[in-house]
Amino acid sequence: MARPVAVGTVVAIAVASALGGCSGVLDPQGPIASAEKTILFNSLGIMLAIVVPTILATLGVAWWFRAANTRAKYLPDWEYSGRIEMVVWAIPAMTVLLLGGIGWVGSHDLDPPKPISTTLTPVEVEVVSLDWKWLFIYPDLGIASVNRLVVPAGTPIRFELSSDGVMNSFFVPQLGSQIYTMAGMTTHLQLQADKPGTYPGFSAQFSGDGFSDMHFNVDAMTPDKFTAWVNATRGAGATLDPASFAALAKPSQAVPVSTYGSVAQDMFQAIVHPNVPPVAPGQASHAAMHMEK
Amino acid sequence: MLGKLTWDALPFNEPIDMAVSGLMIAAVLAILLWLTAKGHWPYLWREWLTSVDHKRIGVMYCVLALVMLLRGFADALMMRSQQALAAGGAQGYLPPEHYDQIFSAHGTIMIFFMAMPFMIGLMNFAVPLQLGVRDVAFPTLNSVSLWLTASGVLLTNISLVVGEFARTGWLAYPPLSELRFSPGVGVDYYLWSLQISGVGTLLSGINLVTTILKMRAPGMSYMRMPVFCWTSLAANLLIVAAFPILTATFAMLLLDRYLGFHFFTIDGGGNPMMYINLIWAWGHPEVYILILPAFGVFSEVIATFSGKPLFGYRSMVAATMAICVLSFVVWLHHFFTMGAGADVNGFFGVMTMIIAVPTGVKVYNWLFTMYGGRVRFTAPIYWSLGFMVTFVLGGMTGVLLAVPPADFVLHNSLFLIAHFHNVIIGGVLFGAMAGYTYWFPKAFGFTLHEGWGKASFWCWFIGFYLAFMPLYWLGLMGMTRRMQHYDDASWQPFLVVAAGGALVILCGILCTIVQLVVSIRDQAGSRDRTGDPWNGRTLEWSTASPPPSWNFAMLPQVEGEDAYWHMKRRAREERTEHAEALEYGAIEMPVNSSTGFITAFFAVVTGFALIWHIWWMVWLGLFGAFATTLVLAWRDHDEMEIPADEVARMDRAHRAELAR
Repeated sequence: MARPVAVGTVVAIAVASALGGCSGVLDPQGPIASAEKTILFNSLGIMLAIVVPTILATLGVAWWFRAANTRAKYLPDWEYSGRIEMVVWAIPAMTVLLLGGIGWVGSHDLDPPKPISTTLTPVEVEVVSLDWKWLFIYPDLGIASVNRLVVPAGTPIRFELSSDGVMNSFFVPQLGSQIYTMAGMTTHLQLQADKPGTYPGFSAQFSGDGFSDMHFNVDAMTPDKFTAWVNATRGAGATLDPASFAALAKPSQAVPVSTYGSVAQDMFQAIVHPNVPPVAPGQASHAAMHMEK
Repeated sequence: MLGKLTWDALPFNEPIDMAVSGLMIAAVLAILLWLTAKGHWPYLWREWLTSVDHKRIGVMYCVLALVMLLRGFADALMMRSQQALAAGGAQGYLPPEHYDQIFSAHGTIMIFFMAMPFMIGLMNFAVPLQLGVRDVAFPTLNSVSLWLTASGVLLTNISLVVGEFARTGWLAYPPLSELRFSPGVGVDYYLWSLQISGVGTLLSGINLVTTILKMRAPGMSYMRMPVFCWTSLAANLLIVAAFPILTATFAMLLLDRYLGFHFFTIDGGGNPMMYINLIWAWGHPEVYILILPAFGVFSEVIATFSGKPLFGYRSMVAATMAICVLSFVVWLHHFFTMGAGADVNGFFGVMTMIIAVPTGVKVYNWLFTMYGGRVRFTAPIYWSLGFMVTFVLGGMTGVLLAVPPADFVLHNSLFLIAHFHNVIIGGVLFGAMAGYTYWFPKAFGFTLHEGWGKASFWCWFIGFYLAFMPLYWLGLMGMTRRMQHYDDASWQPFLVVAAGGALVILCGILCTIVQLVVSIRDQAGSRDRTGDPWNGRTLEWSTASPPPSWNFAMLPQVEGEDAYWHMKRRAREERTEHAEALEYGAIEMPVNSSTGFITAFFAVVTGFALIWHIWWMVWLGLFGAFATTLVLAWRDHDEMEIPADEVARMDRAHRAELAR
């Protein structure tokens, strides 16, 4: 693309690739993403039904009442009509009434932490954004992964998210909702990949110089393959503990994928609340409850 | 002695920076030398730099905005070309630390130093004329406002040469903008520039609100004010209510950065979420501060060139004031993805949609204003129709983003970028260009070249669609904003088209420059002798072009909406059009004052010293500004008298032109 290309060719390529391969938000791969795409297009359709006639009417009226058109009537003092006023307030008001309903209901149905209805037990993943990479901790499985998120297809994933420093936004366009990651706080999100596949993930919130390389792949696998991956990862490689985390947390860019074969207890809580001393095992649940607030 | 300032602050090692800085310095020096060689300084100082005339100040605001449009657009071209190149493994030609400054500067400059001064300039110029009064409420303060804005502009541009600009985005979200993650002077340049210009904006808002509430011509009740005055009132009420929030928010961030406070830090009990709430509690009213005056411009332009009164005047006023109030209860839609919960998100989503209702009403009212009219297709009407078509689409995508589940997948994507450029270019910029073309003859006494104006419109219109429709699509494909490079090569064709669109917009800007040059060259043939080149409806067209510094020989008597239209009609009916005017009296006008310019000079000194921690210079600057204020406070003569003969001579000359 560096050499000069005729604009027509570029447009043709753009149109072709637009029609050829949909991706991102347009190619949802999970229940949340599908529902969001539906809401997106429903809302768009409702509004286009008003917007397109309005645009056409604007151009039509302007053209018909051009000064040169002697057939158009001239009403130099016409400035008010109660009926028209009624209609022009009613059209946007009714559209918004409909869309407001969609927005309110959708906001509740698709609230990020809301559990996905299923009989399966969700997989827990704790997400930490770092300068400039993603750390995924599987607390129940005792493993962790950097810049690669492996999940079983068809199973809800329950994310708990935070940041070690600046704010980021965890976003996998094909799986749906994004959510901010913020230091000292946790946010919650549930997503699901319906089919095995690889789905790109990003940070959607600018976080500094290494931001552009702060992406990762979500690898959704069949449950068998996922179990195999967990077993292969567990016990192999380094342990994620305060010391290795401190090394990982140092700013770095375009970090390759790596895994931790074991994870120190309450590692995520220690990252979210670095100033709170670790608690004895017996008090853990109480402390965790306290921190949730 | 010089705080943090060392030779390292100059960009000796960065060739692009060095070249740009060199060019900028050379251009400024060339202009200064030319002014000196031609001996223009006394004229410039007397008639412009120290002027307290609202018309001159309005013009200077607009000049500032047009110059900053060039600077901000240069940033845009670099961003578009970088993204068109940096696909797959490619890194483009701008490294992240440079690219991050460019998009931060682009947003900051375009909003604060292009759109804001343009709108404030148009309001300053037109509002007192439309109200039928001689000046704003506080003329000297008006000059201070202008020059404080210019101080912010100057500091931001100094950052190009000395040091760096913020690399945090145009709103400098903490914790990224905190000292721990941004230890350089970039964020300090950003904060002090906007603090200083923000004070100017606030003072300007107070000034215009007071003018509109307290200084209307006899008989001009609120419901007889031109709609542009109403939208200006709403915009300036928003300035008065919202800008203190911005100042306080930036002050807290400055305390964090300078004195180790913990308002927004991630340790010590700070809370960055609070900054994000506060900045948008200012930020959302801000977008209406920009768009409401543009709505006013379109209302004037469409009514004038349709030869009809505005349809549904009371509806328009109600819609304007509804937007003014509602704009304060929608800020959370800028961060639905923070995890606030379904009720909070749902509430702000619905409120955001409700604000679209009065906006939609306005579009229909403009449509019915043209209905039954005789629409003259001049350049301002082109901008207005282009606006109506484009803005409706931008409004639609805005409402789409207000649906929380849709926002969860579109937030911070290029869809969002396309949306706000759709409303800011299609709304604010088209409005600014319409107003510039519409009021230019009033300011300078000759009309702008139509052909080049229309050429500029078509370039902007087509360029906008080429540049931003691909961005909508890329947002749906999942591309997020502010990426210096990206891996997905299928995005590249769209970004190449977008870069092409930016070049078409560049042609539009060049057309505007050519239009100005051609119009000045050919002004003899396009002179506006009557003061009413468009067959206008409001009072600014009842006086000469350019108006005398006192605007009106006698304050007009207003008896209805569209005051001048009715005066003209009655004069025709009663055949009294050119009756010799009555009794001329002497007029008291405020004298020029260098207070604004000198205060702004010291503000730059103070700001620069604060950025570089040069404490002695901070005290020097503050003392200088204080002393300037004292000198103003103790001055003996603040008004001069225009003799009745002079007023009569000018008014008779204008009437003679009308009679020809």
